[in-house]
Amino acid sequence: MPNAVKHVLFILVPLIAVFAVLPGVYQNHLLLFNFVTFLILAQGVNIIYGFTGYLPFGYVGFFGAGAYGFAVLVMHYQSPALVAVLAAGLVGVLLGLLLTPLLRLSGAYFAIANLAASLAVLHLVANPALEGITKGPYGVSLTGTFNPSHAYYAALAVLALTVGGVVFLKNSSFGLALQAVREDAVSASMAGVNVVKMRIAAWLASALVAGLAGGIYAWYVSVFYPDNVFSGDFSIFAIVFALFGGVATISGPIIGVLILYGVYNLIGFTTPQYFQLIYGLLIMGLVLFLPAGLVSLATRRGWHVP
Amino acid sequence: MSPETKPILSVRKLVKRFGGFVALDGLTFHAAPGEVLGLVGPNGSGKTTAINVISGLYAPDGGEVVFDDVSIGGTASHKLVHRGINRTFQVPKPFMSLTVRENVRVALAYGHIGGTPPALDALLDEYRLAAVADRPAADLNSAQQKMLDLVRALATRPRLLLLDELAAGLNPAELDWIAGRIKQLAAGGMSIIVVEHLMGFIEHITDRVIVLNAGREIFEGKLAAAVQEPQVIEVFLGGEHAA
Repeated sequence: MPNAVKHVLFILVPLIAVFAVLPGVYQNHLLLFNFVTFLILAQGVNIIYGFTGYLPFGYVGFFGAGAYGFAVLVMHYQSPALVAVLAAGLVGVLLGLLLTPLLRLSGAYFAIANLAASLAVLHLVANPALEGITKGPYGVSLTGTFNPSHAYYAALAVLALTVGGVVFLKNSSFGLALQAVREDAVSASMAGVNVVKMRIAAWLASALVAGLAGGIYAWYVSVFYPDNVFSGDFSIFAIVFALFGGVATISGPIIGVLILYGVYNLIGFTTPQYFQLIYGLLIMGLVLFLPAGLVSLATRRGWHVP
Repeated sequence: MSPETKPILSVRKLVKRFGGFVALDGLTFHAAPGEVLGLVGPNGSGKTTAINVISGLYAPDGGEVVFDDVSIGGTASHKLVHRGINRTFQVPKPFMSLTVRENVRVALAYGHIGGTPPALDALLDEYRLAAVADRPAADLNSAQQKMLDLVRALATRPRLLLLDELAAGLNPAELDWIAGRIKQLAAGGMSIIVVEHLMGFIEHITDRVIVLNAGREIFEGKLAAAVQEPQVIEVFLGGEHAA
């Protein structure tokens, strides 16, 4: 059996199946939806950071832009929710295209510039002068499309698409070439790889994923303010979850979200007074002792982790 | 010029500046198919810069590089690779976290347009990398990393191969062995340009050398003749030795 088929059968299918069944047996649907959203975002970070080495500190920019893309289409054009979600993905891609010059930077400089870009988008959207289009800082209310269960299944579809994309990257020469670019761009070009094209492809794919996730988030919550959907927490959480599990793998970011976001909610419910302390110490410990993520526990021993 | 010695590469009046420093100052030479050409000269004479311009890492500031009758100066590296130019690096640059096999697979998948790619396992075997094929490139020693650089280049089926100090750091047995491989590649019709400081190695494998100084050629011909040339002696050993 080819590896790609194995990865779909043993990772993608069970993951989607479990989250498709859970709403029937577990009542906190918002929590499930948040899990799915972070699974999508962590895999989106995996695509751009794990496979190309660009750390997207302003990743939420695509998410927020997607949410507002959805809102604008629903408010001004009365679009059906699904059309508006697709448009949200398109808005993510367009913003990604606009930001392609950032890919000339690397390391911390890219991370900082990306963070600044996401703040710029936030302040553009939240500008009172644009009240006629985005409702500015006053927030949007999209009661016409409100349908959390449809939004949840749309999120699952996007999750399937995203994990499927990562399975492709993990098993194709395309994904291998991306990793080659991450390791050494000059050598990659001497292997015949068009470095600029590859970086842009990965960048736009991760922008698309976050734009779609943002659109679905807007659909699900239906009432939100710019500060909600452009909250830096989305970037930080998605990056921390992906790194915790281990990037450039299919399972790493999934494990990261399930464990870390699970623990996050557990502490939040049981001992909220120590919440920040415990969570902060946990992340510090991981960065110090497992910088390559949980999967490195296995890869260090020579075990292959998909 | 007869058809079989028609040059595959012609470098004409090539100029490359870095700020105020002129690294290449009107460099002119050619290379023919099946020929091993040596580029020699003191440190800073422009050997590696010449290779970097020919392989597309830098765009020239003047002059031209003609490959297969097409001017290629300033063309992106990956397009030159598809045209049939490849190289190794003075400090080897493998994809460290990928396995040896994966390193070569990237070049096999992206390195050439049309034609049958060379067989991966045979290539690894030929260059003594079969035993480490599934190890990350970071685990290899420096000589093995150099061979991996070379195998990655060969996987793209180059017709012009640029070797930047491939021999430095190899032991005498490895030197003999790699010299044999290079000659065999040239015998198959490949044009090979070698940048090297080891004169014995250069003498052993090259058909012809170009001596560079301060970004231009000061001698062209056999290495044995070069060491008789007063100007070459002056550049390498200092003025008082040139009688």
